[in-house]
Amino acid sequence: MQDLIWLLPTYPVLGFFTLVLTAGRLPKNIVAIIGAGSVGLSFFTAVIIATQFLSSGENYFIKEVWTWMAVGNFSPGFNFYLDGLSLVMMLVITGVGFLIHLYATGYMADDPSYSRFFSYMNLFIAAMLMLVLGDNLVVLYLGWEGVGLCSYLLIGFWYINPDNGYAARKAFVVTRVGDTAMALGLFLLFTELDTLNIQDMLYAAESEWEVGNDLAVAAALLLLGGAVGKSAQLPLQTWLPDAMAGPTPISALIHAATMVTAGVYLIARTHILFELAPSVQELVGWVGLITLLMAGFIALTQSDIKRILAFSTMSQIGYMFLALGVGAWSAGIFHLMTHAFFKALLFLASGTVILSLHHEQNIFKMGALRQKLPVSFFSFLIGSLALTAFPYTSGYFSKDEILIAAHGLEGPGIIFFYGGVLGAFLTGIYTFRLFFIVFFGDSNAAHPPEKEYGGWNMNGPLILLMILSLVGGFIAVPLDPVFGHHEEHHVSGLLHAFMIAVPLVGIAISFLFFYTKTFSVEKLMSNTFAQTLHKFWNNGWGFDWLYDRFIVSPFLWLARINQADIVDGFYALIVEISRAANGMIVKTQTGYLRWYALSIAAGLLLLITIGVLL
Amino acid sequence: MILVWLIGILFLGGIIAWLSERLNPNYPRLIALITVLLDLVLMLTLLGAEPATGGWVAAIDAPWIPRFTISFYLAADGLSVLLLLLTAFLGVIAIGSAWDEIKVRAGFFYFNLLWTLAGVLGVFTALDLFLFFFFWEVMLIPMYFIIAIWGHENKNYAAMKFFIFTQVTGMLMLVSILMLAYFHYLQNGFVSFNYHDLLTVETRGPLEMWIMLGFFIAFTTKLPSVPFHSWLPDAHSQAPTAGSVILAGILLKTGAYGLIRFAVPLFPEASTSFAPFAMTLAAISILYCAKVAFAQTDIKRLIAYTSVSHMGFVTLGVYAWNEQALQGAIMTMLAHGLSAAALFMLAGGLQHRIHTRNMLDMGGFWAKVPRMAVVVLFFSIAALGMPGLGNFIGEFLALLGAFRANIPLTVISAFGLIFASVYSLWVIQKVFHGEYTNSEFDDSHLTDLTYREMVYYATMIVGLIWMGMYPQSFLALSQPVLLDLISSTEEIVNIVVQN
Repeated sequence: MQDLIWLLPTYPVLGFFTLVLTAGRLPKNIVAIIGAGSVGLSFFTAVIIATQFLSSGENYFIKEVWTWMAVGNFSPGFNFYLDGLSLVMMLVITGVGFLIHLYATGYMADDPSYSRFFSYMNLFIAAMLMLVLGDNLVVLYLGWEGVGLCSYLLIGFWYINPDNGYAARKAFVVTRVGDTAMALGLFLLFTELDTLNIQDMLYAAESEWEVGNDLAVAAALLLLGGAVGKSAQLPLQTWLPDAMAGPTPISALIHAATMVTAGVYLIARTHILFELAPSVQELVGWVGLITLLMAGFIALTQSDIKRILAFSTMSQIGYMFLALGVGAWSAGIFHLMTHAFFKALLFLASGTVILSLHHEQNIFKMGALRQKLPVSFFSFLIGSLALTAFPYTSGYFSKDEILIAAHGLEGPGIIFFYGGVLGAFLTGIYTFRLFFIVFFGDSNAAHPPEKEYGGWNMNGPLILLMILSLVGGFIAVPLDPVFGHHEEHHVSGLLHAFMIAVPLVGIAISFLFFYTKTFSVEKLMSNTFAQTLHKFWNNGWGFDWLYDRFIVSPFLWLARINQADIVDGFYALIVEISRAANGMIVKTQTGYLRWYALSIAAGLLLLITIGVLL
Repeated sequence: MILVWLIGILFLGGIIAWLSERLNPNYPRLIALITVLLDLVLMLTLLGAEPATGGWVAAIDAPWIPRFTISFYLAADGLSVLLLLLTAFLGVIAIGSAWDEIKVRAGFFYFNLLWTLAGVLGVFTALDLFLFFFFWEVMLIPMYFIIAIWGHENKNYAAMKFFIFTQVTGMLMLVSILMLAYFHYLQNGFVSFNYHDLLTVETRGPLEMWIMLGFFIAFTTKLPSVPFHSWLPDAHSQAPTAGSVILAGILLKTGAYGLIRFAVPLFPEASTSFAPFAMTLAAISILYCAKVAFAQTDIKRLIAYTSVSHMGFVTLGVYAWNEQALQGAIMTMLAHGLSAAALFMLAGGLQHRIHTRNMLDMGGFWAKVPRMAVVVLFFSIAALGMPGLGNFIGEFLALLGAFRANIPLTVISAFGLIFASVYSLWVIQKVFHGEYTNSEFDDSHLTDLTYREMVYYATMIVGLIWMGMYPQSFLALSQPVLLDLISSTEEIVNIVVQN
């Protein structure tokens, strides 16, 4: 059965081709069956393969399918590699992916481009599976670019609004900057190590490079470039909030649960390389820390329900990077999994809220939705608790592991730890700010909801994700064979209590601001410094402005001034000169015989003079 | 002998197509199609042929002007076969794109089309440099007529520009060929234009560089590469669709083929020292033309500039001169042949429907012509180097190989991958996304792709997926040729270095 691992991406690929070739002529229920069913089949197969793999006791399993290309010593294959890491990823992608597909059959029910939507979704799942199952970096790159393409297509799904198109292109181009760095990393690794098969490459790197080798540092840096692009981390994070222009199931699937965590997967997959380059590994931690704090502050100031969740995603991936930076590989992947549960839950629930309110996304035009939208309410309650690491929810276990591991690290560990705790504090505030404003207080809705949107196909996934968000922390991930068993870190009971308490304080602050209204936001915002800071955070620390000013505008300016291609001007000049020369010589053609005779005589005289002189 | 047939059939078919117009104006296109299909079938037999010594699957060598050892010497190896197949395949596609578009003087049109193709086949197989030059000219003149007679509003300017650029640089190549033959005379006592003879000529010092440059300039004008590229946007925007297909899909590749077959092997030493300059030109082509492409509003000019940009990867790969880089260059030639031809056909189809090439007038076509939108999307995605499609294999391998030869220039060239996404997605946005606008043109003929058009695009789509997912079928054909070329040039360079 494990031999059938190639079926995993095959089902969604077939779904994709069926939907593309029928070009929207199929009835919607058939499209739903093909679209969601193909991913369901993948999940089913994945579960069987996973059980067999775990019971087999092997550490990894390789299935070779075909040689992609063989050019000299470069011969990447379309081969699948299954170990604990890809197993977790595979189950998250197909499992959460299936639930989101199911939800989308309801969410997109009224959309005229139903079939197009599911074709892109299926292609995405296939590409994502290739990304995590490929045994070499070129197949990984194939999946990597494939998910980027699907992200582009789905962000710009509602193409009539040019803003969506802009957001889609921004996402693609910004991530491609990272992808190009990653491609260069691949070239470097292949040139130095003669293979791009991940395990062979890591083995070769370990045996040929000592720790701190310059080439290892360069290669790790270039791969990190790819990771920060895909995972929306500093400095390539600017595309993610705009990506919320896509339909909400997309935000749940691509921009929360799976694709944006691909960078985390890449670094975890090549962790040996990062261990050979400790400076880069530490940089990963710093990138994570700074991103998680920055995104946390931005989330405090946002008013769009999806953008708040987007910054929260950025921030949570920051935690995963932090985990990778301190070498807590398993904890990072564990957080990736729990985050997939609760963030998918939050996004899908926000989708229900948005639809029930007739496409309203501004939280200040919501309010008091607790009774009207009970399923969304409970989804948000559980999702928010998990996100803020409330004890014994899934997010608690994973975040706890990360922070404890950070605390155990020498050097910058203590900064990572307290920074992470501060981030958890911010998480508590912004998450429950959203929660209290939307579900409590007074109704500010322009069109109050009559009833909650969604049938079993939308509520079923929500309920399952609620359960997973609650108890997902108890799942034992089989990662020890991949990363080796790390020593358990411990912190004192007091410190642990502090870690648990800080997010709760954040929640309490939100409670006082937005539920009891003991404190007033207006009062806080009354001085100019607070207003400036608010504006600065609301604009994402000015990164968009910076990039626009120093990259986009100069490029557009260069393009504009040279639209006519200056090189062509050179050839046009030659044409002009010969025309001018022609014009001058034509003037000598007067038709007067005496003029010609004079010319001949003068020429003759000149020649004779030259002849005599020489 | 089969090579003579391949070329002869086209010459003959061209004449018959021209004459048949008197009987029925629809005959020429039919005859042209049959002729090229016949050629395509004949070529397929080459795939099964057992290669003789030197890897030549077919060859004919008949004396022509024995006094100067000029012979009618045609031969094909794996590399030639790949390009022959591309030529015939795109020939069929080009005839398809002209099917409804060319109504005036159709007989003469198809005559020119077939003769251009015949010239190209000659270029890809000639192993006598005199004969090579002859075919080089043969493909040029009919192409001039195609642009000048059936072109658009500014056709005379464009056709003349095309002619002068290729002709002037072709003359430089002729001078180089003659000098090479003269050197052969000095060293061996008799003049020869035979490729194998000329490979043994030892040219040294600055003169070798100058002779090499004659070839280099001729080939990089055809390719084209900065700074010899500026004829291309004019030629493409003015040529009829079939002309663009032949130009972008096939004619540009003769330049690349020339570099691989002649420019580097004939002058290994000069090429080695020249490589950094050539690769610099390549990097400039990639980035500069991508940037200029982005600024264009005429959709055909835009695609033309992207062609120059993509051909930069070919130059980069050729002058890196190792197996991966060369395979990358060849895969780029093949894949770009399909993707650029398709994009030009789509732009031509659009122009045929709404009589404008100005993207500023367009918008929101997705809802109106969804099939066309999807097809354009596919080829744009292919052009920007999406893995799984042919162009990716080419550009990835070219960069991978180039990385070994020159890291800084490879890094700079890699930025082309980012630029490609910028201009490709911009076209999609401008033409197909957004609100539908038709204020600037009459949209009564803006209909979706016809069944026949879909068939053409479908075959090209399948071709690109094939190249992308199982490039081995193509790589295997060119591999022995490239290994031979690499080892022979390396030998010479090593000898020189030792001396």
